[in-house]
Amino acid sequence: MQYKKWRCLICDYVYDEELGAPDDGIPPGTRWEDVPDSWTCPDCGASKDDFQMEEI
Amino acid sequence: MTAPITVLGAGHAAVTLARELRKLDAETPLRIITADDGAYYYKPDLSKALAAGKDADGLIKQSPDQLREQLNAEVLTQTPVTRIAPDEHAVYAGDTRYDYSRLVLALGAEAIRPPFPGDAAARVHTANHRSDYAKFRAALQPGARVLIVGAGLIGCEFANDLAAAGYAVTVADIAGWPLPRLLPEVQGRALQAGLEQIGVQWKLENGVQSLNLSGDAIRAEFGDGSGAEFDTVLSAVGLRPHTALARDAGLECALGIVVDAHLQTSAPDIYAIGDCAQIGGRLLPYILPIAHAARALAPTLTGTATPAKLPAMPVIVKTPACPTLVSAPADVPGAWEVSGEAPDLEALYKDENGNPIGFALTGKATAKRAQYAAQMPPVFDPAA
Repeated sequence: MQYKKWRCLICDYVYDEELGAPDDGIPPGTRWEDVPDSWTCPDCGASKDDFQMEEI
Repeated sequence: MTAPITVLGAGHAAVTLARELRKLDAETPLRIITADDGAYYYKPDLSKALAAGKDADGLIKQSPDQLREQLNAEVLTQTPVTRIAPDEHAVYAGDTRYDYSRLVLALGAEAIRPPFPGDAAARVHTANHRSDYAKFRAALQPGARVLIVGAGLIGCEFANDLAAAGYAVTVADIAGWPLPRLLPEVQGRALQAGLEQIGVQWKLENGVQSLNLSGDAIRAEFGDGSGAEFDTVLSAVGLRPHTALARDAGLECALGIVVDAHLQTSAPDIYAIGDCAQIGGRLLPYILPIAHAARALAPTLTGTATPAKLPAMPVIVKTPACPTLVSAPADVPGAWEVSGEAPDLEALYKDENGNPIGFALTGKATAKRAQYAAQMPPVFDPAA
């Protein structure tokens, strides 16, 4: 299954499933649905529901 | 009909709060009143607009109409509120009265404009608002020589963005190194060197003594007696919270509008959030605290009193020439402990009891953000 990217609607930070967010303890390859709901955007603090899948 | 929850201001704090409110409650009347055009943008984008290939208007993310629809809110633009009347539960814009049920002050801050001696003072730009930034960009000719006054966060970010886009940038500051309040000297030097590599010139330990017109250019005289000509001057010496409205209404103000753990001001039903607010004795003029504060204030406004708990929130300084990340220590005595080799340096600030209360990372060390952040005490803890 292809990795997807999710963009923060507030600040444009991109969560790339392939890269994960290792700084926040989210290993590379973590699918968006497996990112905990408590995770917030590292740049602006927005919550997961402020992200939108990005078409590639 | 009950009076709406009313937000003064339409910047990031106001819109973030409104979004959080609408996640909890889709219907309670909401009114946003702003003195400007009401177009929503993300303020940190100002200092990376050139790298993103955008002008001031290109930064707009939502028009007022889009905000009205997305937030199910009334948005009053070009409506400067002139008075808050806490006893009447109302605000006034001139003679027009707007009742509120609860009022949120998200008034932001204004750039401090130092009174430069000389006849070119009126040519000095600031860039804390999109409209100011638009004027700055309009004045910026290709390849212009730009003097940035102030080597703080904003000054360094603009220096990086402008130098990378081919402008001849000089940064002047009376401090000895960039980000003097946030970085120990050795890291400040690393940032200085990184920016030098993309062409930034420095006038450190050097105040600007005067700015005078010299033909089409502006001649700056510095504290060390030297002088140079520039085409454009950008002042980035700091921000001052907008407190006048609150102060005139009798609300307690210090550096900013003083709020308690529930972000309530000294007046009932009036709250403050973002750059204008002071919580736990501190101003937090950064982006991340707004999201945390908004997630507490939204339930408080809808009837579930929720204290704000603000964790340590490292600030990413947008200087790709030397990646830098800071978690500012509170203003208490202590000392930096630095390790690593420039530019990849990690610094931990410990108070006099040896407790870590701040950190700063530069270069490749920025990858250790999580490890350091975990050691930090909360910035504001209502239980403390």
